[in-house]
Amino acid sequence: MEIIEAKDLVFEYIRRDEEGNVEGITCALDHVSLDVKQGDFVAILGHNGSGKSTFAKHINAILYPTEGTVWVDGKDTSREENLWEIRQEAGMVFQNPDNQIIGQVVEEDVGFGPENLGVPTKEIWERVEESLKAVGMYEFRKHSPNKLSGGQKQRVSIAGVIAMHPKCIVLDEPTAMLDPNGRKEVIRAVRALNDVEEITIILITHYMEEIIYANKVFVMERGKIAMEGTPREIFSRVEELKALRLDVPQVTLLSHELRKSGLAIPEGILTCEELVEALGHVARG
Amino acid sequence: MSIILDHVNYVYEAGTAMEFAALKDVSLTINEGEFIGLIGHTGSGKSTLVQHLNGLLVPTGGNIYYNGKDIHDKEYNKKELRSRVGLVFQYPEHQLFEIDVFSDVCFGPKNLGLDRKEVELRAYAALKQVGIEDEYFYQSPFDLSGGQKRRVAIAGVLAMKPDVLVLDEPTAGLDPKGRDEILDQIAGLREETGMTVILVSHSMEDVARYVGRIIVMNRGQVMFDDVPRAVFRHYRELEEVGLAAPQVTYIMQALRKSGLDVDTDLTTIEEAREEILRAVGK
Repeated sequence: MEIIEAKDLVFEYIRRDEEGNVEGITCALDHVSLDVKQGDFVAILGHNGSGKSTFAKHINAILYPTEGTVWVDGKDTSREENLWEIRQEAGMVFQNPDNQIIGQVVEEDVGFGPENLGVPTKEIWERVEESLKAVGMYEFRKHSPNKLSGGQKQRVSIAGVIAMHPKCIVLDEPTAMLDPNGRKEVIRAVRALNDVEEITIILITHYMEEIIYANKVFVMERGKIAMEGTPREIFSRVEELKALRLDVPQVTLLSHELRKSGLAIPEGILTCEELVEALGHVARG
Repeated sequence: MSIILDHVNYVYEAGTAMEFAALKDVSLTINEGEFIGLIGHTGSGKSTLVQHLNGLLVPTGGNIYYNGKDIHDKEYNKKELRSRVGLVFQYPEHQLFEIDVFSDVCFGPKNLGLDRKEVELRAYAALKQVGIEDEYFYQSPFDLSGGQKRRVAIAGVLAMKPDVLVLDEPTAGLDPKGRDEILDQIAGLREETGMTVILVSHSMEDVARYVGRIIVMNRGQVMFDDVPRAVFRHYRELEEVGLAAPQVTYIMQALRKSGLDVDTDLTTIEEAREEILRAVGK
């Protein structure tokens, strides 16, 4: 069953000068069609300005298509009567955790979403508890959010989204501002939500090693989908990715370089273990 | 030319319930022309340290010397210091404000009291140094891409012709190519001008690739201060304080464990490739 379906999605915005005169039209999304199945872990790559975030904002109806249609769980995002349900079903997490946290205490912040949905008080507290447990932040429930580390804050933001009981979470560069440990914490929490709670994940990132867990990757370029496939398929195309201003994980790049130097190593190596195994074959001849 | 931090302490909100020691007895010497990576988890004291280098924060204990002079002496010219030590903050593009790119870059040198010709020459040179083409000079800085905006913001600091350039996470949120472009330009500039560069970063891969010396901060203290390969040898201790080594270091460790006789003290792809080729006898 498709949780997200985009058909011939076009998004244009009008650029204006200081007096408000139209200077031109920029086409940020150019006939994008894609499907995401319930329970998928999808990653979207692309350089700055390729249209990733614009696409993400269509998933919970922050932006509406200029042409084409986006359906979230079968509901057309351009119809106003669907808005509330779509925003509850598709949650969003942004880059800067400081812009997303409003509560004075962690558990209040997480309870803000369900409270606005009109959930009964008793159930709000149940949801707060389960959400904080899902991201491993339950022991911090009485803390002030501004005393937490970046990774912890971002996990609280994610808990705030989970408490709305979404079917799908869109994360737009959730780790860009975090230190290595914070990045690991967030990605671990996201994977657990996907594996255990079966929430559909759409992850936008510039860190290539974060997407090796995805089951599908889309690469965007100039508002179009330039490549799609599994992480292994995508990362086997090192040169193409570089031409799109992207990169591959270090282990993939090292394997690619070794292959170019004449070693019999397959393309698309994603983990340290795979490289060790491949080199084992080489060493044994 | 050097910056010396001598037993520097900094306590936020001393004497209140919020009292927090952000720097504890930090002593460091930063030599002319060095390329230094400053790493540490969020809240380890990196940004507090950096703000001491041009006198934005006054230490609550200890002294800071720039070229042998105490920067907090009464007669010391702080304005001069701030043009010598240029600070590029996180997301510097949020500080762009002028009507066009060129005017924005002129703002810094203009405030140094230079004549108009010198200001414009410096702005031009700085924009060239960060790879901004002439066609963008008279556009609004807000119409540029994220990577371009950031380069313009860096040019604004370069136009002051600093001897020391401090960059706080200059590549956060940029795509991989944009990240490489900015770091390559900074490395090139350093070669060209002999400027000292201090790079605050969360990317161990970037730090390993560019810098000659790494300072690791933890809980307001210097935890390690050495060349990259010596620092990343402590990868387990780094992990304990929320950091890591570059992925390459882990790959070499895993290969070693699998019985391949390789040097594990490597931090870049190029080094690893050479070493693996040597080990498998090609």
